[in-house]
This record gives sequence, C-alpha cells and structure tokens, in this order.
Amino acid sequence: MALVLTEEQSMLRDSARGLISDKAPVSHLRGLRDAKDPTGFSKELWQSFAEMGFAGLLVPEEFGGSGLGFVEAGVVMEEIGRTLMPSPFLATSVVAASALSRGGNAAQKSEYLPKISNGSLLATLAIDEGAKHRPLQTNLQAVRAGNGFKLSGAKALVVDGHVADLFIVAARTAGSAGEREGLTLFLVNPKARGVAVERTIMVDAHNAARIEFANVEVNADSVLGEVDQGAALLDGVLDIGRGAVASEMVGLSDEVFGRTVEYLKSRKQFGKLIGEFQALQHRAAQLYVDIEITRAATMKALQALDTDVAKAASAVAVAKARAGTTATRAVQEGVQMHGGMGMTDQFDIGFFMKRARVCEELFGDANYHTEQLARARGY
Amino acid sequence: MSESEAADLEEFRKQTRAWLEANCPPEMRKPATSDADVFWGGRNAKFSSEPQRIWFERMRDKGWTVPDWPKEYGGGGLSAAEHKVLRAEMAKMGARPPLSSFGIWMLGPALLKYGNEAQKKEHLPNIAAGLIRWCQGYSEPNAGSDLASLQTRAESDGDDFVITGQKIWTSYANYADWIFCLVRTDPAAKKHDGISFILFDMTSKGVSTKPILLISGYSPFCETFFDGVRVPKSHVVGTVNRGWDVAKYLLQHERAMISGMGERGVGRPLGQIAADSVGSDAQGKLDDSMLRSQIASFDVDEAALAACAERAVDLAKAGQAHPAFSSAMKYYGTELNKRRYEILMSAGGVDALEWESERSKQGARPRAWLRTKANSIEGGTSEVMLGIVAKRILDLPGA
Repeated sequence: MALVLTEEQSMLRDSARGLISDKAPVSHLRGLRDAKDPTGFSKELWQSFAEMGFAGLLVPEEFGGSGLGFVEAGVVMEEIGRTLMPSPFLATSVVAASALSRGGNAAQKSEYLPKISNGSLLATLAIDEGAKHRPLQTNLQAVRAGNGFKLSGAKALVVDGHVADLFIVAARTAGSAGEREGLTLFLVNPKARGVAVERTIMVDAHNAARIEFANVEVNADSVLGEVDQGAALLDGVLDIGRGAVASEMVGLSDEVFGRTVEYLKSRKQFGKLIGEFQALQHRAAQLYVDIEITRAATMKALQALDTDVAKAASAVAVAKARAGTTATRAVQEGVQMHGGMGMTDQFDIGFFMKRARVCEELFGDANYHTEQLARARGY
Repeated sequence: MSESEAADLEEFRKQTRAWLEANCPPEMRKPATSDADVFWGGRNAKFSSEPQRIWFERMRDKGWTVPDWPKEYGGGGLSAAEHKVLRAEMAKMGARPPLSSFGIWMLGPALLKYGNEAQKKEHLPNIAAGLIRWCQGYSEPNAGSDLASLQTRAESDGDDFVITGQKIWTSYANYADWIFCLVRTDPAAKKHDGISFILFDMTSKGVSTKPILLISGYSPFCETFFDGVRVPKSHVVGTVNRGWDVAKYLLQHERAMISGMGERGVGRPLGQIAADSVGSDAQGKLDDSMLRSQIASFDVDEAALAACAERAVDLAKAGQAHPAFSSAMKYYGTELNKRRYEILMSAGGVDALEWESERSKQGARPRAWLRTKANSIEGGTSEVMLGIVAKRILDLPGA
C-alpha cells in the first residue's frame, strides 16, 4: 500500500474540507465558547455530516454506513483538526462505532449502528479514571447482581459525555487495577438510575464530562464483547481512537504551521520581513520536517489499522507519540513567532494551542506511547 | 490499482520471496559489520567472501543490482510497485544490497535524466554489473557549503577540455575507476552559470589522489588533484555551462542516499544492545531509566522517519514529491544517526572507549560514532539543508 492518498481519498478530503471550512471555521468554535452553548457543537452541522455519509463512515454498509476504513476516518479527522470543529465524529463515529462493530453481537449492532449512521445517536467510550490515561488501571467496579451487574465508580474526560445517548463503559468485573484479566465493556444508558453527569468546561472549549456511577443496574445484555475478556477489544478500540486523534493533531499542526509561515512572510521588523531571519527560517524548516515525518507515521498507523487492528499497536504508539510532540512544538512555535499577537484571545492561534493540549492527553500522551513502544521492543 | 493488477503484484511478491529464499545465502541476511564487508564493485574489486560473490552475481544476473532501471541498461525493469515489493521482501529477510555504488545512487539517476544515448549505453550497464566504481568530484578546499563557487578549470582545446584544479572530500577516490566531476568551463559567467558536469577515467594522465586521515582513524575521503587532465568534450553530461542543473539533481539523490544511511530497522533493537552492557532489572527493563527514555524516544523518531522515507518514495512515484524534499530527509536522517551513536556510546560506557583491541574489533563502535559526525556535513550541512527547506519548500523570503 502506497503511503499517499488514493484518488477517492483525496476526493473525500476535498469534500470534508469544503464542508468544514465553509460551515465551521475557527470562529464557529469561538462562537460556541462565547455563547456558553449547552450542546457545545452544532446539531445542524452534525446532520449535514450524517447526510454526507461521515457519521457512519466506519459503519458497515449493512447497517447503513459507508463501510470505509481508518485511513478515510483519518482524512476527516485531519480536516477537523484544521478548524478545530467540535463534533461528535471522534467519540461517536470513530471510537463508539468501532467498539460496537468489533465487539457487538447481532442485536447490539442492529440496534445502534444504523442510528449512528443516520446521526440520531451519540455514543462515547468512558475509560479514564485518574489524571492520566491508564486503561489497565480501570477500577470502576461491576459486580454481578441478579441477572446483570451493578456499576460503581467514576470516569473522567468522557468526550461528549454531557450529550451522549449511550455510554460504553470500561469496568472491572474481576481482578484488580493493573491487570488485563477482568475488564469488561458495558453499554449504559445515561438516563439510568444512579448515573450523574457533570459537563466539564475544558481549556479547549470542546466537550467532555465527568460521570459518576452509583450502583447503576445494567442487565446481562448490556455486556459488549465478553465478560472479563474486554482488554483485547479495548486495546483495538483505543488504538483506533489514537490513530484518529493523531490525524487530528496532524491537521492541527499543519494548519498552525501554515498560518505561522504566512505571518513570517508578512510581518516586518527592523525593516525586513521576519521570515528573512535565519534563526526563524531554520526553526520553521525543522518544524516542517517534524510535521511531514509525523504525517507519514500517522498514515502508516492508519494503514496498519486497516490491515489488522490487532497488529497495529506499535505503529499507533509511534504515531500518537510523534503527533503529541509535533503538535506541542507546532503550537508553541506558532505562538512564539506571532509574538504578542499570539498571546491574544482575539487571535486564533491560542485555540490551537489549547486543543493540542487536550489531544495530547486523549488516549495517552507522548510519554505513555513511548513507554509502550519500549515495552513492545523488550527493553 | 485494479483487481488484476493487485493479483499480479501478489503473484510477483510470492515469486520474489521464493526466489530470494532460494538464492540469498544465509550469510547475506544480516547487516554488514564493516566497510570491508560491503561490495563496491570496480576494476579492482575483490569479494570478501564466497557468499558475497554468489549473492552479487545472482542479483546482477536478474538486473536487481538496479531493479528499477530499464532492462536495456542492465536494470531489472521493475515497475515502481514491483520495486517496492522487492525492497520490502529483502528488508523482511534482512538481505543486504548486493552492490553498493555511487554509480547506482548518484550518477545513474543523473545519467538517466540528462545523459545522451551513447553515454547511457557506455556507463549504465557497467554500473549495473559492478564493473566500474565511481567517485564524485564536487567539493573543493574553498567550495564546501558554497559549492557553486568551485574553481577547478576546464579549458577548451580542440575536441578536449583540459582540467586543472583540486577537489576535496572525494569519497573513496583512491579506489575509484571513474569520476563525475564539476568543473568551471566559463570563468566569466555568474557562479552557477559557468559550470559543466563531466566524466573521466581516474587513470587519465594528471590525476592523483591523497587520502585524508579523519578523527575516526579511517581515510574514506581523499584530496584529488587534476594537473592538465585531457578529457574529450563528448564526456560532458547535459549542456556545457549548464552543469549546475545536473549537479543539483544528483545532489537530491545523494541526500536521499545519505538520509538512508542509518541502520534503520535492521539488526537488534537499540534497547537490547544497550541491555548487553547496562543490564536489565527483574521486569526486563533497562537498568538505566534515563537511557531507556532516550532510546525509546529515538525508536519513536526512527520508526516515524522510516515511514516518511517510504512515503517520500511513494510521493515521487506518484509525481507529488517536492524536488527539495530530499533535503528535509537528509537533515533529519543524519541528525538521527548521530543521536543513535551518542546513545550507543553512552550504552557501551567504558567498553565503547577502546580503540585498539581484538575485544573491541579495533574500536569499531567509537570509530563508527566519530564517522557519523560527518553525516550532517557531507552532501550539504544540516544548516544548508534547513536553508533549502526554508527557501524552496516554505518559500520564505531572502537570499
């Protein structure tokens, strides 16, 4: 497989870019933030997304989706990263749709996947509990009770958790924190008794929630995949999410970089364009190289996911680690090279810096993934 | 790709894998450990081992020393997709390149683009068959990063040019049979406009070489002197005084070559090499957590660069590559290779300090470490590469 977009993928990118840059430039996010919009994204725009086939992009055709792959999902994520459009695409269409497609039984798939495809159902994975992404440390307890389970514990950084119609909750049915055995995924209705949702207003003005589960009763049909054996399913779903977030960060980095280079070509000081100064030229060139390398690593990871999710872990770790360090560098250089303007709220660059910070934490930061690679390589 | 093309390619993969399995000697399935272990070809070439000879000859007979060159010039005539399959299968098996050659990496691509038919017919098959070893006459004592200020003169005399001057940092000039050389054919023109790209035999009267001893204790580079060397004008590649176009095109290939010089993805992982000397704890983690972090970060960057190198080839084949992208790769690849050797030296500790002993294979590691310091200088310094990226790719203003 060549590491370049096919003609179809380029067309997909163009149509996603057309819609997103037209309907949701950075000012769209700014408007939602300033209005303290209770939803935090545009439902109307999400319907347009669904009508263009994006909401069900990864959903198999038999369930009303487009049946496309992770490279295509990455293409859309990259465009989202360019304008920072808040959208359920990541949580619902990438992560939750993958969890349901890969782990769901026939009844679960036919109940939820068509609704994801037509944009009527929002779903999200609830995984993190502590300050950092540590999936195996999952400690939310699911205790057998009658025909089902009772869930108790808390989740943080649940993307779109304040508006989701369905939670996919990682819980511990056996073993203790740190162990692979004993993890189970549950489908939970946010309106179930004992669920408390607190919307968290975050630095990036995107959408997430903290969720508490107090003896929440779910029946046996709510188990996604197999009881106690959820780790493998979770690994795959998380890797898919990581690949998608890496793509968003590539788009974000590229956009910030493009804006910064334009500024270097227009801002004058000491009687010259600041882009004439070698100190800035070399830093810009280094950043360009970093972004191109990260772009390639991310494409490689998405292709690896398309080939075999279970064997993509190392490629995904490389991509997410690189995406984190590259985006961090891109936004810092972006602010620095814009000088005082970069520090103002009125200027868009700051939005990119804030989003990059959140993306870095989502599904594991660069340190986490670098550590994973070291372990995989046996040292 | 259509379904039938995909099926053909899959069939090619199967056949290639089977052929490589049957024909690549086991000794050739691990990386070369010293320069003597690399086969460079040429009039005076010697094989360092029987497996090396067998592997070279088998690959040569299939045209796979230069798999993607046209068959009429001794190549394998493979398509871009087939070539990628062959490289992937060779990498999977750890198969070494059968022939290393500046003719393959640098001159060949330039001749294919700028050479006339007679030049292609004369030189390309000899490169493919490893019969002629080439060196590159570019840098001069006063023309390093500022290559275009070169002063070696070529004066017109009937059907010949008479060449006088000095080159420096000529890799393996003392082993080379022929040289591709930049000379000034019009001293009155602006510096980029009076240069020609010319080929000649290193046994010509008036050519002499003198190896330069480097900090590694090796002498891979020479000073090369031309004292009235007579070369037919028909040996000019491309147009007289337009040699800079050829030179730049060739430099892109040289930079791609140097960026690929690191031992990416072959052999044992760096972390395991480090474990040999540093040791591991009960969970198998390196017993030096800071070194472990450095290695892990290196591994991330190395894997990402490998993906980018693969993508660069794919982009070139799709006609989407920026011509200056090899400068970006050259910059990153060489800086990364220096990082690799700093880690190896740190991991080796005291053991990596020995310079002359059997135990240390005559200081193989510290010498290789020192050698890498030239990576970010030769073929254009890192600073020059960043300048090229800034100006040609990012289109930043100035000079």
